[in-house]
Amino acid sequence: MMNKAGPIAVVLGVVLLLWYGGAVGLNSQGAIERVLADRPGWTTADLVAATLSMERPVLPAPHQVAADLYTSINDWPLDSPRNLLFHMAVTAQSTLVGFVLGTLFGVLLAAAIVHSRTLDRALLPWIVASQTVPVLAIAPIVLVILGSLGMSGVAPKAAIAMYLCFFPVTVAMVQGLRSPQRIDTELLHTYAATKLQAFWMLRLPAALPFLFPSLRVAIAAGLVGAMVAELPTGAQAGLGARLLTGSYYGNTVGIWSALVLSALLGLALTAAVAVVERLVLRGRPA
Amino acid sequence: MITAIGFVLALLLAVWSVKRCAAYEGPLTAAVFGLWVLFFWQAGVTVFEVPRVLLPSPWSIVLSMTEHAPTLGRDFVQTVLKAVLVGWLVGSAAGFAVGVAIDRLPFLQRGLLPVASLTSTIPLVAVAPIMVMWFGFEWPSKAAVVVLMTFFPMLVATLAGLQAAGKLERELMHSYAASYLQTLFDLRLPCAVPFIVGALKVNATLALIGAIVAEFFGSPTVGLGFRISTEAAKMNMSLVWGAIVVAAVTGSLAYTLLVQLERRWAFWHPSVRSK
Repeated sequence: MMNKAGPIAVVLGVVLLLWYGGAVGLNSQGAIERVLADRPGWTTADLVAATLSMERPVLPAPHQVAADLYTSINDWPLDSPRNLLFHMAVTAQSTLVGFVLGTLFGVLLAAAIVHSRTLDRALLPWIVASQTVPVLAIAPIVLVILGSLGMSGVAPKAAIAMYLCFFPVTVAMVQGLRSPQRIDTELLHTYAATKLQAFWMLRLPAALPFLFPSLRVAIAAGLVGAMVAELPTGAQAGLGARLLTGSYYGNTVGIWSALVLSALLGLALTAAVAVVERLVLRGRPA
Repeated sequence: MITAIGFVLALLLAVWSVKRCAAYEGPLTAAVFGLWVLFFWQAGVTVFEVPRVLLPSPWSIVLSMTEHAPTLGRDFVQTVLKAVLVGWLVGSAAGFAVGVAIDRLPFLQRGLLPVASLTSTIPLVAVAPIMVMWFGFEWPSKAAVVVLMTFFPMLVATLAGLQAAGKLERELMHSYAASYLQTLFDLRLPCAVPFIVGALKVNATLALIGAIVAEFFGSPTVGLGFRISTEAAKMNMSLVWGAIVVAAVTGSLAYTLLVQLERRWAFWHPSVRSK
Protein backbone atom coordinates (compact mmCIF):
# COMPACT_ATOMS: atom_id res chain seq x y z
CA MET A 1 0.00 0.00 0.00
CA MET A 2 2.79 2.41 0.91
CA ASN A 3 4.49 2.19 -2.46
CA LYS A 4 1.21 3.15 -4.09
CA ALA A 5 0.56 6.34 -2.10
CA GLY A 6 3.15 8.40 -3.97
CA PRO A 7 2.03 7.48 -7.51
CA ILE A 8 -1.64 7.93 -6.57
CA ALA A 9 -0.89 11.37 -5.16
CA VAL A 10 0.93 12.30 -8.37
CA VAL A 11 -1.97 11.08 -10.53
CA LEU A 12 -4.52 12.99 -8.44
CA GLY A 13 -2.29 16.07 -8.58
CA VAL A 14 -2.13 15.85 -12.37
CA VAL A 15 -5.93 15.52 -12.48
CA LEU A 16 -6.26 18.65 -10.33
CA LEU A 17 -3.80 20.55 -12.56
CA LEU A 18 -5.71 19.44 -15.70
CA TRP A 19 -8.92 20.57 -14.02
CA TYR A 20 -7.49 24.06 -13.38
CA GLY A 21 -6.09 24.19 -16.89
CA GLY A 22 -9.44 23.13 -18.30
CA ALA A 23 -11.22 25.74 -16.21
CA VAL A 24 -8.99 28.50 -17.55
CA GLY A 25 -9.29 27.27 -21.13
CA LEU A 26 -13.03 26.62 -21.18
CA ASN A 27 -14.03 29.74 -19.26
CA SER A 28 -11.77 32.23 -21.02
CA GLN A 29 -14.22 33.07 -23.80
CA GLY A 30 -17.06 33.72 -21.37
CA ALA A 31 -14.75 35.67 -19.07
CA ILE A 32 -13.61 37.93 -21.91
CA GLU A 33 -17.19 38.56 -22.99
CA ARG A 34 -18.86 38.99 -19.62
CA VAL A 35 -16.30 39.96 -16.98
CA LEU A 36 -13.53 41.79 -18.80
CA ALA A 37 -15.65 43.57 -21.43
CA ASP A 38 -15.91 46.75 -19.32
CA ARG A 39 -12.26 46.65 -18.26
CA PRO A 40 -10.10 47.54 -21.26
CA GLY A 41 -6.41 46.82 -21.05
CA TRP A 42 -6.69 43.58 -19.05
CA THR A 43 -3.69 41.32 -18.75
CA THR A 44 -3.34 37.54 -18.87
CA ALA A 45 -3.24 37.46 -15.07
CA ASP A 46 -6.59 39.26 -14.98
CA LEU A 47 -8.01 36.73 -17.42
CA VAL A 48 -6.85 33.74 -15.39
CA ALA A 49 -8.18 35.28 -12.18
CA ALA A 50 -11.51 35.98 -13.89
CA THR A 51 -11.85 32.45 -15.28
CA LEU A 52 -11.33 30.94 -11.84
CA SER A 53 -13.95 33.05 -10.05
CA MET A 54 -16.84 33.29 -12.49
CA GLU A 55 -20.47 33.33 -11.47
CA ARG A 56 -21.62 30.64 -13.92
CA PRO A 57 -18.50 29.08 -15.39
CA VAL A 58 -18.49 26.42 -18.08
CA LEU A 59 -16.19 24.44 -15.81
CA PRO A 60 -15.95 25.64 -12.21
CA ALA A 61 -12.51 25.49 -10.63
CA PRO A 62 -11.97 22.92 -7.85
CA HIS A 63 -11.74 25.59 -5.14
CA GLN A 64 -15.11 27.03 -6.24
CA VAL A 65 -16.72 23.60 -5.86
CA ALA A 66 -15.02 23.14 -2.50
CA ALA A 67 -16.20 26.56 -1.34
CA ASP A 68 -19.76 25.80 -2.49
CA LEU A 69 -19.72 22.48 -0.64
CA TYR A 70 -18.31 24.14 2.47
CA THR A 71 -20.92 26.92 2.61
CA SER A 72 -23.80 24.55 1.90
CA ILE A 73 -22.68 22.11 4.61
CA ASN A 74 -21.53 24.69 7.14
CA ASP A 75 -23.99 27.57 6.82
CA TRP A 76 -27.27 25.67 6.76
CA PRO A 77 -28.79 23.28 9.31
CA LEU A 78 -28.70 19.59 8.49
CA ASP A 79 -32.44 19.36 7.78
CA SER A 80 -32.45 22.30 5.36
CA PRO A 81 -32.81 21.52 1.64
CA ARG A 82 -29.99 24.02 1.11
CA ASN A 83 -27.60 21.65 2.83
CA LEU A 84 -26.17 19.09 0.43
CA LEU A 85 -25.62 16.59 3.24
CA PHE A 86 -29.41 16.46 3.58
CA HIS A 87 -29.72 15.41 -0.06
CA MET A 88 -26.91 12.94 0.33
CA ALA A 89 -28.69 11.37 3.31
CA VAL A 90 -31.92 11.07 1.29
CA THR A 91 -30.12 9.29 -1.55
CA ALA A 92 -28.08 7.14 0.82
CA GLN A 93 -31.23 6.07 2.65
CA SER A 94 -33.05 4.78 -0.43
CA THR A 95 -29.84 3.18 -1.72
CA LEU A 96 -29.26 1.32 1.54
CA VAL A 97 -32.87 0.19 1.98
CA GLY A 98 -32.89 -1.10 -1.60
CA PHE A 99 -29.47 -2.68 -1.19
CA VAL A 100 -30.41 -4.61 1.97
CA LEU A 101 -33.72 -5.83 0.50
CA GLY A 102 -32.17 -6.67 -2.87
CA THR A 103 -29.32 -8.60 -1.24
CA LEU A 104 -31.69 -10.57 1.00
CA PHE A 105 -33.94 -11.37 -1.93
CA GLY A 106 -30.99 -12.30 -4.13
CA VAL A 107 -29.49 -14.63 -1.51
CA LEU A 108 -32.87 -16.30 -0.86
CA LEU A 109 -33.49 -16.84 -4.55
CA ALA A 110 -29.97 -18.19 -5.06
CA ALA A 111 -30.54 -20.67 -2.21
CA ALA A 112 -33.78 -21.78 -3.85
CA ILE A 113 -32.12 -22.10 -7.27
CA VAL A 114 -29.29 -24.23 -5.87
CA HIS A 115 -31.76 -26.65 -4.29
CA SER A 116 -34.22 -26.92 -7.19
CA ARG A 117 -33.29 -28.09 -10.64
CA THR A 118 -36.53 -26.71 -12.03
CA LEU A 119 -35.88 -23.18 -10.74
CA ASP A 120 -32.27 -23.48 -11.87
CA ARG A 121 -33.14 -24.29 -15.46
CA ALA A 122 -36.20 -22.04 -15.70
CA LEU A 123 -34.97 -18.90 -13.94
CA LEU A 124 -31.19 -18.75 -13.98
CA PRO A 125 -30.76 -18.24 -17.76
CA TRP A 126 -33.09 -15.25 -17.56
CA ILE A 127 -31.25 -13.75 -14.59
CA VAL A 128 -27.89 -14.19 -16.32
CA ALA A 129 -29.30 -12.71 -19.54
CA SER A 130 -30.62 -9.70 -17.62
CA GLN A 131 -26.99 -8.69 -17.01
CA THR A 132 -26.66 -7.85 -20.70
CA VAL A 133 -29.80 -5.70 -20.75
CA PRO A 134 -30.04 -2.08 -19.56
CA VAL A 135 -32.48 -2.95 -16.74
CA LEU A 136 -32.14 0.57 -15.40
CA ALA A 137 -34.37 1.70 -18.29
CA ILE A 138 -37.37 0.11 -16.53
CA ALA A 139 -37.01 2.64 -13.71
CA PRO A 140 -39.62 5.11 -15.08
CA ILE A 141 -42.12 2.22 -15.39
CA VAL A 142 -41.55 1.15 -11.80
CA LEU A 143 -42.04 4.75 -10.70
CA VAL A 144 -45.32 5.04 -12.63
CA ILE A 145 -46.68 1.71 -11.33
CA LEU A 146 -45.72 2.33 -7.70
CA GLY A 147 -46.88 5.93 -7.98
CA SER A 148 -50.35 4.91 -9.17
CA LEU A 149 -50.47 2.37 -6.33
CA GLY A 150 -50.10 5.35 -4.01
CA MET A 151 -46.50 4.83 -2.97
CA SER A 152 -44.20 7.80 -2.72
CA GLY A 153 -41.06 8.88 -0.93
CA VAL A 154 -38.45 6.26 -0.22
CA ALA A 155 -40.39 3.19 -1.42
CA PRO A 156 -40.21 3.65 -5.23
CA LYS A 157 -36.56 4.71 -5.13
CA ALA A 158 -35.65 1.81 -2.88
CA ALA A 159 -37.57 -0.56 -5.18
CA ILE A 160 -35.42 0.49 -8.14
CA ALA A 161 -32.21 0.24 -6.13
CA MET A 162 -33.43 -3.17 -4.94
CA TYR A 163 -33.96 -4.76 -8.33
CA LEU A 164 -30.64 -3.39 -9.58
CA CYS A 165 -28.84 -4.91 -6.56
CA PHE A 166 -30.70 -8.19 -6.86
CA PHE A 167 -29.36 -9.48 -10.20
CA PRO A 168 -25.60 -9.47 -9.56
CA VAL A 169 -26.06 -10.85 -6.04
CA THR A 170 -28.17 -13.77 -7.29
CA VAL A 171 -25.72 -14.70 -10.04
CA ALA A 172 -22.72 -14.58 -7.70
CA MET A 173 -24.47 -16.44 -4.88
CA VAL A 174 -25.56 -19.30 -7.15
CA GLN A 175 -21.94 -19.63 -8.22
CA GLY A 176 -20.74 -19.41 -4.62
CA LEU A 177 -23.24 -21.85 -3.14
CA ARG A 178 -22.14 -24.37 -5.77
CA SER A 179 -18.43 -23.81 -5.13
CA PRO A 180 -17.85 -26.48 -2.39
CA GLN A 181 -15.81 -29.39 -3.64
CA ARG A 182 -17.40 -32.76 -4.08
CA ILE A 183 -15.18 -34.21 -1.36
CA ASP A 184 -16.61 -31.71 1.15
CA THR A 185 -20.23 -32.41 0.30
CA GLU A 186 -19.55 -36.14 0.51
CA LEU A 187 -17.93 -35.72 3.91
CA LEU A 188 -21.05 -33.97 5.19
CA HIS A 189 -23.10 -36.72 3.65
CA THR A 190 -21.19 -39.35 5.62
CA TYR A 191 -21.94 -37.32 8.76
CA ALA A 192 -25.64 -37.71 7.82
CA ALA A 193 -25.95 -33.90 7.71
CA THR A 194 -29.31 -32.61 6.56
CA LYS A 195 -29.60 -30.25 3.58
CA LEU A 196 -30.16 -27.39 6.00
CA GLN A 197 -27.04 -28.22 7.99
CA ALA A 198 -25.03 -28.56 4.80
CA PHE A 199 -26.30 -25.14 3.75
CA TRP A 200 -25.32 -23.39 6.98
CA MET A 201 -22.04 -25.17 7.58
CA LEU A 202 -20.64 -25.65 4.12
CA ARG A 203 -22.43 -23.86 1.29
CA LEU A 204 -23.00 -20.47 2.90
CA PRO A 205 -19.44 -20.02 4.27
CA ALA A 206 -18.05 -21.18 0.93
CA ALA A 207 -20.22 -18.65 -0.91
CA LEU A 208 -19.10 -15.59 1.07
CA PRO A 209 -15.97 -14.86 -1.01
CA PHE A 210 -18.25 -14.81 -4.07
CA LEU A 211 -20.87 -12.67 -2.34
CA PHE A 212 -18.75 -9.67 -1.39
CA PRO A 213 -17.43 -8.68 -4.85
CA SER A 214 -21.01 -8.83 -6.09
CA LEU A 215 -22.11 -6.65 -3.16
CA ARG A 216 -19.65 -4.00 -4.26
CA VAL A 217 -21.08 -4.10 -7.78
CA ALA A 218 -24.60 -4.10 -6.34
CA ILE A 219 -24.24 -1.08 -4.10
CA ALA A 220 -22.73 0.98 -6.92
CA ALA A 221 -25.62 -0.05 -9.19
CA GLY A 222 -28.10 0.69 -6.41
CA LEU A 223 -26.72 4.20 -5.98
CA VAL A 224 -27.09 4.91 -9.70
CA GLY A 225 -30.63 3.50 -9.52
CA ALA A 226 -31.59 5.67 -6.55
CA MET A 227 -30.24 8.78 -8.26
CA VAL A 228 -31.99 8.04 -11.56
CA ALA A 229 -35.20 7.36 -9.62
CA GLU A 230 -35.03 10.90 -8.28
CA LEU A 231 -35.18 12.39 -11.77
CA PRO A 232 -38.65 11.96 -13.27
CA THR A 233 -40.69 12.20 -10.06
CA GLY A 234 -39.83 15.84 -9.67
CA ALA A 235 -38.37 14.78 -6.35
CA GLN A 236 -37.60 17.66 -4.03
CA ALA A 237 -34.71 15.95 -2.32
CA GLY A 238 -31.77 13.77 -3.22
CA LEU A 239 -28.55 14.16 -5.18
CA GLY A 240 -30.25 13.19 -8.46
CA ALA A 241 -32.84 15.92 -7.95
CA ARG A 242 -30.04 18.41 -7.20
CA LEU A 243 -28.35 17.49 -10.49
CA LEU A 244 -31.58 18.07 -12.39
CA THR A 245 -32.44 21.41 -10.75
CA GLY A 246 -28.83 22.48 -11.25
CA SER A 247 -29.06 21.78 -14.97
CA TYR A 248 -32.46 23.58 -15.20
CA TYR A 249 -31.08 26.77 -13.68
CA GLY A 250 -27.63 26.58 -15.26
CA ASN A 251 -26.07 26.44 -11.80
CA THR A 252 -22.84 24.71 -12.84
CA VAL A 253 -21.15 24.99 -9.45
CA GLY A 254 -24.21 23.32 -7.87
CA ILE A 255 -24.07 20.45 -10.36
CA TRP A 256 -20.40 19.87 -9.66
CA SER A 257 -20.94 19.94 -5.90
CA ALA A 258 -23.70 17.33 -6.24
CA LEU A 259 -21.44 15.31 -8.53
CA VAL A 260 -18.52 15.40 -6.10
CA LEU A 261 -20.79 14.45 -3.22
CA SER A 262 -22.34 11.55 -5.14
CA ALA A 263 -18.82 10.30 -5.96
CA LEU A 264 -17.91 10.52 -2.28
CA LEU A 265 -21.13 8.71 -1.36
CA GLY A 266 -20.29 5.93 -3.84
CA LEU A 267 -16.79 5.61 -2.38
CA ALA A 268 -18.12 5.61 1.19
CA LEU A 269 -20.74 2.94 0.48
CA THR A 270 -18.19 0.69 -1.23
CA ALA A 271 -15.74 1.26 1.62
CA ALA A 272 -18.45 0.23 4.09
CA VAL A 273 -19.00 -3.01 2.16
CA ALA A 274 -15.24 -3.59 2.17
CA VAL A 275 -15.09 -3.10 5.95
CA VAL A 276 -17.91 -5.62 6.47
CA GLU A 277 -16.10 -8.01 4.14
CA ARG A 278 -12.91 -7.73 6.14
CA LEU A 279 -14.77 -8.32 9.41
CA VAL A 280 -16.68 -11.33 8.11
CA LEU A 281 -13.81 -12.98 6.26
CA ARG A 282 -11.37 -12.28 9.11
CA GLY A 283 -8.88 -15.07 9.65
CA ARG A 284 -9.47 -16.70 6.28
CA PRO A 285 -6.56 -17.28 3.96
CA ALA A 286 -6.73 -14.74 1.16
CA MET B 1 -65.84 -19.16 -11.43
CA ILE B 2 -64.96 -20.65 -14.82
CA THR B 3 -62.04 -18.24 -15.24
CA ALA B 4 -60.79 -19.18 -11.76
CA ILE B 5 -60.87 -22.89 -12.65
CA GLY B 6 -59.20 -22.10 -15.96
CA PHE B 7 -56.42 -20.23 -14.22
CA VAL B 8 -55.80 -23.02 -11.73
CA LEU B 9 -55.73 -25.59 -14.55
CA ALA B 10 -53.35 -23.45 -16.61
CA LEU B 11 -51.12 -22.94 -13.58
CA LEU B 12 -50.98 -26.69 -12.92
CA LEU B 13 -50.21 -27.32 -16.59
CA ALA B 14 -47.48 -24.66 -16.48
CA VAL B 15 -45.83 -26.09 -13.37
CA TRP B 16 -46.02 -29.63 -14.77
CA SER B 17 -44.62 -28.68 -18.19
CA VAL B 18 -41.74 -26.64 -16.75
CA LYS B 19 -40.89 -29.46 -14.35
CA ARG B 20 -40.94 -31.98 -17.19
CA CYS B 21 -38.66 -29.82 -19.33
CA ALA B 22 -36.22 -29.32 -16.44
CA ALA B 23 -35.21 -32.96 -16.79
CA TYR B 24 -33.35 -32.00 -19.97
CA GLU B 25 -30.38 -29.72 -20.28
CA GLY B 26 -30.26 -26.69 -22.51
CA PRO B 27 -32.32 -23.53 -22.84
CA LEU B 28 -35.62 -25.38 -23.40
CA THR B 29 -36.86 -24.95 -19.81
CA ALA B 30 -36.10 -21.23 -19.76
CA ALA B 31 -37.91 -20.77 -23.08
CA VAL B 32 -40.99 -22.67 -21.89
CA PHE B 33 -40.96 -20.73 -18.63
CA GLY B 34 -40.72 -17.44 -20.53
CA LEU B 35 -43.66 -18.41 -22.75
CA TRP B 36 -45.78 -19.26 -19.68
CA VAL B 37 -44.90 -15.91 -18.08
CA LEU B 38 -46.04 -14.16 -21.26
CA PHE B 39 -49.24 -16.27 -21.26
CA PHE B 40 -50.15 -15.44 -17.65
CA TRP B 41 -49.20 -11.79 -18.18
CA GLN B 42 -51.54 -11.56 -21.18
CA ALA B 43 -54.33 -13.62 -19.59
CA GLY B 44 -54.09 -11.88 -16.23
CA VAL B 45 -54.16 -8.39 -17.71
CA THR B 46 -57.15 -9.29 -19.94
CA VAL B 47 -59.22 -11.15 -17.35
CA PHE B 48 -58.67 -8.83 -14.40
CA GLU B 49 -58.90 -5.76 -16.67
CA VAL B 50 -55.72 -4.24 -15.30
CA PRO B 51 -55.61 -0.59 -16.38
CA ARG B 52 -53.23 -0.02 -19.30
CA VAL B 53 -51.50 2.67 -17.28
CA LEU B 54 -50.44 0.08 -14.77
CA LEU B 55 -49.41 -2.81 -16.98
CA PRO B 56 -50.08 -3.14 -20.70
CA SER B 57 -50.48 -6.68 -22.04
CA PRO B 58 -47.66 -8.17 -24.14
CA TRP B 59 -49.94 -8.14 -27.19
CA SER B 60 -50.69 -4.43 -26.84
CA ILE B 61 -46.94 -3.82 -26.52
CA VAL B 62 -46.38 -5.67 -29.81
CA LEU B 63 -49.22 -3.70 -31.44
CA SER B 64 -47.79 -0.43 -30.17
CA MET B 65 -44.33 -1.40 -31.42
CA THR B 66 -45.60 -2.13 -34.94
CA GLU B 67 -47.73 1.00 -34.94
CA HIS B 68 -44.83 3.20 -33.84
CA ALA B 69 -42.14 1.25 -35.72
CA PRO B 70 -40.84 4.34 -37.60
CA THR B 71 -40.57 6.32 -34.35
CA LEU B 72 -38.76 3.51 -32.56
CA GLY B 73 -36.53 3.08 -35.61
CA ARG B 74 -35.49 6.74 -35.43
CA ASP B 75 -34.94 6.38 -31.68
CA PHE B 76 -32.76 3.34 -32.31
CA VAL B 77 -30.65 5.20 -34.87
CA GLN B 78 -30.30 8.22 -32.58
CA THR B 79 -29.44 6.37 -29.37
CA VAL B 80 -27.77 3.14 -30.45
CA LEU B 81 -26.14 3.82 -33.81
CA LYS B 82 -24.97 7.32 -32.89
CA ALA B 83 -24.51 7.84 -29.15
CA VAL B 84 -23.86 4.28 -27.97
CA LEU B 85 -21.78 3.00 -30.88
CA VAL B 86 -19.58 6.09 -31.21
CA GLY B 87 -19.15 6.47 -27.45
CA TRP B 88 -18.45 2.77 -26.94
CA LEU B 89 -15.85 2.66 -29.72
CA VAL B 90 -14.11 5.88 -28.70
CA GLY B 91 -14.19 5.12 -24.96
CA SER B 92 -12.95 1.55 -25.36
CA ALA B 93 -10.28 2.54 -27.89
CA ALA B 94 -9.05 5.35 -25.62
CA GLY B 95 -8.94 3.06 -22.60
CA PHE B 96 -7.00 0.47 -24.60
CA ALA B 97 -4.59 3.06 -26.02
CA VAL B 98 -3.84 4.58 -22.61
CA GLY B 99 -3.43 1.10 -21.13
CA VAL B 100 -0.84 0.13 -23.76
CA ALA B 101 0.84 3.53 -23.57
CA ILE B 102 1.46 3.44 -19.82
CA ASP B 103 2.49 -0.22 -19.93
CA ARG B 104 6.14 0.80 -19.76
CA LEU B 105 5.60 3.30 -16.94
CA PRO B 106 5.16 1.30 -13.73
CA PHE B 107 4.99 4.51 -11.72
CA LEU B 108 1.92 5.76 -13.64
CA GLN B 109 0.40 2.28 -13.52
CA ARG B 110 0.66 2.11 -9.76
CA GLY B 111 -0.97 5.51 -9.49
CA LEU B 112 -3.60 5.16 -12.20
CA LEU B 113 -4.81 1.60 -11.58
CA PRO B 114 -6.30 2.18 -8.09
CA VAL B 115 -7.90 5.43 -9.23
CA ALA B 116 -9.36 3.79 -12.35
CA SER B 117 -10.69 0.85 -10.32
CA LEU B 118 -12.35 3.20 -7.86
CA THR B 119 -14.29 4.95 -10.64
CA SER B 120 -16.48 1.84 -10.92
CA THR B 121 -17.98 2.78 -7.54
CA ILE B 122 -18.78 6.33 -8.65
CA PRO B 123 -22.09 7.08 -10.39
CA LEU B 124 -20.44 8.42 -13.56
CA VAL B 125 -23.81 8.79 -15.32
CA ALA B 126 -24.31 11.84 -13.15
CA VAL B 127 -21.99 13.85 -15.43
CA ALA B 128 -24.83 13.79 -17.99
CA PRO B 129 -26.18 17.29 -17.15
CA ILE B 130 -22.68 18.75 -17.50
CA MET B 131 -22.13 17.04 -20.83
CA VAL B 132 -25.51 18.33 -22.03
CA MET B 133 -24.36 21.85 -21.10
CA TRP B 134 -21.04 21.45 -22.89
CA PHE B 135 -22.05 19.57 -26.02
CA GLY B 136 -25.71 20.50 -26.42
CA PHE B 137 -28.83 18.36 -26.54
CA GLU B 138 -27.82 16.30 -29.58
CA TRP B 139 -26.14 12.90 -29.50
CA PRO B 140 -22.51 14.03 -28.95
CA SER B 141 -23.29 14.84 -25.32
CA LYS B 142 -24.61 11.30 -24.80
CA ALA B 143 -21.61 9.84 -26.59
CA ALA B 144 -19.37 11.87 -24.23
CA VAL B 145 -21.08 10.31 -21.18
CA VAL B 146 -20.61 6.87 -22.75
CA VAL B 147 -16.92 7.59 -23.45
CA LEU B 148 -16.36 8.49 -19.81
CA MET B 149 -18.21 5.39 -18.56
CA THR B 150 -16.47 2.92 -20.88
CA PHE B 151 -12.94 4.34 -20.62
CA PHE B 152 -12.02 3.11 -17.14
CA PRO B 153 -13.21 -0.53 -17.37
CA MET B 154 -11.20 -0.91 -20.59
CA LEU B 155 -8.13 0.72 -19.05
CA VAL B 156 -8.25 -1.61 -16.05
CA ALA B 157 -8.82 -4.67 -18.24
CA THR B 158 -6.00 -3.75 -20.64
CA LEU B 159 -3.53 -3.26 -17.80
CA ALA B 160 -4.58 -6.57 -16.23
CA GLY B 161 -4.47 -8.34 -19.60
CA LEU B 162 -0.97 -7.13 -20.42
CA GLN B 163 0.22 -8.68 -17.14
CA ALA B 164 -1.44 -12.00 -17.99
CA ALA B 165 1.35 -13.49 -20.10
CA GLY B 166 3.29 -16.03 -18.06
CA LYS B 167 6.84 -15.55 -16.86
CA LEU B 168 7.97 -18.61 -18.80
CA GLU B 169 6.67 -17.30 -22.12
CA ARG B 170 8.16 -13.87 -21.51
CA GLU B 171 11.55 -15.37 -20.76
CA LEU B 172 11.29 -17.44 -23.91
CA MET B 173 10.66 -14.28 -25.94
CA HIS B 174 13.60 -12.66 -24.15
CA SER B 175 15.85 -15.57 -25.05
CA TYR B 176 14.81 -15.09 -28.69
CA ALA B 177 16.08 -11.50 -28.33
CA ALA B 178 12.61 -10.29 -29.20
CA SER B 179 12.18 -6.51 -29.02
CA TYR B 180 9.59 -4.87 -26.77
CA LEU B 181 7.20 -4.41 -29.67
CA GLN B 182 7.62 -8.00 -30.87
CA THR B 183 6.86 -9.31 -27.38
CA LEU B 184 3.90 -6.94 -27.17
CA PHE B 185 2.33 -7.98 -30.46
CA ASP B 186 3.24 -11.67 -30.53
CA LEU B 187 2.75 -12.58 -26.90
CA ARG B 188 1.27 -10.04 -24.53
CA LEU B 189 -1.54 -8.53 -26.63
CA PRO B 190 -2.86 -11.96 -27.68
CA CYS B 191 -2.80 -12.97 -24.01
CA ALA B 192 -4.76 -9.82 -23.18
CA VAL B 193 -7.55 -10.55 -25.66
CA PRO B 194 -9.87 -12.38 -23.22
CA PHE B 195 -9.62 -9.45 -20.78
CA ILE B 196 -10.25 -6.91 -23.52
CA VAL B 197 -13.27 -8.74 -24.93
CA GLY B 198 -14.58 -9.06 -21.37
CA ALA B 199 -14.32 -5.30 -20.95
CA LEU B 200 -16.03 -4.80 -24.33
CA LYS B 201 -18.96 -6.88 -23.03
CA VAL B 202 -19.22 -4.96 -19.77
CA ASN B 203 -18.90 -1.70 -21.72
CA ALA B 204 -21.71 -2.62 -24.12
CA THR B 205 -24.22 -2.75 -21.27
CA LEU B 206 -22.73 0.32 -19.58
CA ALA B 207 -22.90 2.26 -22.86
CA LEU B 208 -26.60 1.50 -23.33
CA ILE B 209 -27.38 2.51 -19.75
CA GLY B 210 -25.27 5.66 -20.06
CA ALA B 211 -26.88 6.84 -23.29
CA ILE B 212 -30.44 6.13 -22.12
CA VAL B 213 -30.00 7.76 -18.71
CA ALA B 214 -28.17 10.73 -20.25
CA GLU B 215 -31.25 11.32 -22.40
CA PHE B 216 -33.35 11.61 -19.24
CA PHE B 217 -31.38 14.80 -18.52
CA GLY B 218 -32.26 16.52 -21.76
CA SER B 219 -32.29 15.47 -25.40
CA PRO B 220 -33.77 16.36 -28.78
CA THR B 221 -37.24 14.88 -29.31
CA VAL B 222 -35.82 11.55 -30.44
CA GLY B 223 -33.98 8.72 -28.69
CA LEU B 224 -34.83 5.67 -26.63
CA GLY B 225 -34.26 7.40 -23.30
CA PHE B 226 -36.32 10.39 -24.39
CA ARG B 227 -39.10 8.04 -25.55
CA ILE B 228 -39.10 6.16 -22.23
CA SER B 229 -39.22 9.28 -20.07
CA THR B 230 -41.75 11.31 -22.09
CA GLU B 231 -44.15 8.45 -22.86
CA ALA B 232 -44.02 7.41 -19.19
CA ALA B 233 -45.00 10.97 -18.28
CA LYS B 234 -47.86 10.74 -20.82
CA MET B 235 -48.90 7.36 -19.32
CA ASN B 236 -48.52 5.71 -22.73
CA MET B 237 -47.02 2.63 -21.14
CA SER B 238 -47.20 0.26 -24.13
CA LEU B 239 -44.78 2.45 -26.06
CA VAL B 240 -42.49 2.74 -23.01
CA TRP B 241 -42.36 -1.05 -22.86
CA GLY B 242 -41.76 -1.09 -26.63
CA ALA B 243 -38.72 1.18 -26.26
CA ILE B 244 -37.44 -1.03 -23.46
CA VAL B 245 -37.86 -4.13 -25.61
CA VAL B 246 -35.76 -2.44 -28.31
CA ALA B 247 -33.07 -1.59 -25.75
CA ALA B 248 -33.12 -5.10 -24.27
CA VAL B 249 -32.88 -6.82 -27.65
CA THR B 250 -30.02 -4.49 -28.61
CA GLY B 251 -28.16 -5.32 -25.41
CA SER B 252 -28.53 -9.08 -25.84
CA LEU B 253 -27.60 -8.95 -29.53
CA ALA B 254 -24.47 -6.93 -28.79
CA TYR B 255 -23.54 -9.44 -26.12
CA THR B 256 -24.09 -12.40 -28.46
CA LEU B 257 -21.97 -10.75 -31.15
CA LEU B 258 -19.15 -10.14 -28.67
CA VAL B 259 -19.28 -13.76 -27.51
CA GLN B 260 -18.89 -14.85 -31.14
CA LEU B 261 -15.96 -12.46 -31.47
CA GLU B 262 -14.41 -13.95 -28.34
CA ARG B 263 -14.71 -17.46 -29.79
CA ARG B 264 -12.87 -16.32 -32.88
CA TRP B 265 -10.14 -14.24 -31.20
CA ALA B 266 -9.57 -16.15 -28.00
CA PHE B 267 -10.34 -19.69 -29.15
CA TRP B 268 -7.27 -20.95 -27.30
CA HIS B 269 -8.33 -19.64 -23.89
CA PRO B 270 -9.45 -22.33 -21.40
CA SER B 271 -12.72 -20.53 -20.60
CA VAL B 272 -13.65 -20.55 -24.30
CA ARG B 273 -12.38 -24.05 -25.06
CA SER B 274 -14.41 -25.64 -22.28
CA LYS B 275 -17.68 -24.49 -23.89
